[in-house]
Amino acid sequence: MDKLTPQAIIDSFVKELGDGFFGGSIHEYEVAVKKNKFQSLWIEVKKSAFRHAVEHICRLQEHPHLAIISSSDLGAEVELIYHFTIYYGEQLQELSLGLRVKLPKSDLKIPTITDLIPGALFTERETQEMMGVEVVGIPDKRRLFLPGDFPEGVYPWRKDEKGLPADMLRILPGREPK
Amino acid sequence: MTVEEKKKATYTIPVGPIHPALKEPIRLALTVDGEEIVDTDVFVGQVHRGIEWLGMNRNNPIQSIYIAERICGICNICHPFSFVMAVEHATGITPPPRAEYIRAITAEMERIHSHLLWAGVAAHEIGFDTVFYLAWRVREEIMDLIEYVTGNRVTKAMFQIGGVRRDITEEQFPRIRQSLDYYKSIFDKLKKVFLDDKTIQMRTRNVGILKKEDALKLLTCGPSGRASGVPKDVRQDQAYAAYADLDIKAMTPDMITGIVVGDVYDRIIVRLLEVKQAVEIIEQCLEKMPPGPILAQPKTAVLLKTLTKAEGEGIGRAEAPRGEVVHYVRLEAGRETLATWKVRAPTYVNLMSVPTILKGMQIADVPITFASLDPCMSCTNRVVVTDRAVGRKSVMDYGELHRLSVEKTKGLPR
Repeated sequence: MDKLTPQAIIDSFVKELGDGFFGGSIHEYEVAVKKNKFQSLWIEVKKSAFRHAVEHICRLQEHPHLAIISSSDLGAEVELIYHFTIYYGEQLQELSLGLRVKLPKSDLKIPTITDLIPGALFTERETQEMMGVEVVGIPDKRRLFLPGDFPEGVYPWRKDEKGLPADMLRILPGREPK
Repeated sequence: MTVEEKKKATYTIPVGPIHPALKEPIRLALTVDGEEIVDTDVFVGQVHRGIEWLGMNRNNPIQSIYIAERICGICNICHPFSFVMAVEHATGITPPPRAEYIRAITAEMERIHSHLLWAGVAAHEIGFDTVFYLAWRVREEIMDLIEYVTGNRVTKAMFQIGGVRRDITEEQFPRIRQSLDYYKSIFDKLKKVFLDDKTIQMRTRNVGILKKEDALKLLTCGPSGRASGVPKDVRQDQAYAAYADLDIKAMTPDMITGIVVGDVYDRIIVRLLEVKQAVEIIEQCLEKMPPGPILAQPKTAVLLKTLTKAEGEGIGRAEAPRGEVVHYVRLEAGRETLATWKVRAPTYVNLMSVPTILKGMQIADVPITFASLDPCMSCTNRVVVTDRAVGRKSVMDYGELHRLSVEKTKGLPR
């Protein structure tokens, strides 16, 4: 597939996902003296259209680079952002693409993408143990960073009652959480 | 597959906690058939310090720069670099151009010292300690220069949101150029030592091969990815800071050998070429550095107030010596700490290629093959060796592995 402009990529998502597409935005940054620009693209999709969106990214770029999945606890829902980069390998051509999907806390499940991008395994395992999002179909369910004796049902990145309880924290004088 | 699933009437002999490479803690479980490695399982997290949690619960964003600097002792420029870029993108603060150049200069100095450090360790892993001493002696020059420019050898505290904290002045240029000239004068010697030496070639050629296809699938980045022929380099692809003004090309091993194999030898070539490239980048930066202020907002209290009020998200990417560092930051208005902070270090993705590169290798090749990725982490290391034929499981310590590797070098037919 030919390289598309960021706007054309958004249009292709609209065409491909229909109702499943929630919105997209383009951010542009100028750097240093020559004021060369680089762009980043943020796309939000419905949970049900998520797999379809990743498949579409794999069509835009044969092997998209998935940097990391970031997750934020927004109160009633958990937001996952899959940080992809596409069109790498040439000077100033690369585009960051953040694929955003929001999950309600009542149904914290997301399908795995390790069949499309095998290298996504570590970050899916980390999201599972740190945020408590169940990755459906993940080939390796084990924890990644947390020790084996860490209690079940406690997720360090959560900001609700499932986050780290006070008795698990060792707070030094003057270093209280803000 | 885990060791437990495979074992049939096996028993475990713990020999001791060890480090397969670089004296950093990670545990590898190797399944071997005689001498040949069949499968590897990687266990990380032995020293997970919850740094992101601190940034989200305890520290304000300016304090988090210093925590970011302490994520890694070697990459203590690229982590704050990418962190401040993420915060700048989230808040719309633009650093002055002079600061962008100073940032690039310090980042390249870090690359030189990190690659030379790696070169020494790699030589040590194959029992070639003369080269190890040579590489680390050569590295002292850049460490002295880093101390001269930033005031410290390790944690440099150069970065601030919206600029840098210290200027590089005209009077400092001759001393910087002197070090750069030193590296230019010894480059051919280094190249000869590392690339033409028969022992190094015999231990590194066709060892630990990572094919381009696998590197792309497993998201391998940095010199390890480039050695497999993936021309991915953030400084080239999505040029940030002063790199956007320069003409930077990703280094691949075919520039010297004309062919990409993706073995340990190719990883040495890429790192050597990058030392040379880093020297050239610093020279260009010194030439082109524009005058002007070095901070967008010199008053920390005002900056902190802006950050508390700011709302938004940003992503910062920087090319560390080992690959792409990514920081994602989300700020919420009225919140003193960061709302979300996610850090991705290059080793995070590079570790996924370990099973692929170790497959079919001998146990004595583990140190150099594993070290060739330049893994950088903080975890407790052990290698569990399961002999499939005998059904025996034992834990090997660093000394044992190192001895095997040295013996292999000594036993090479010459």
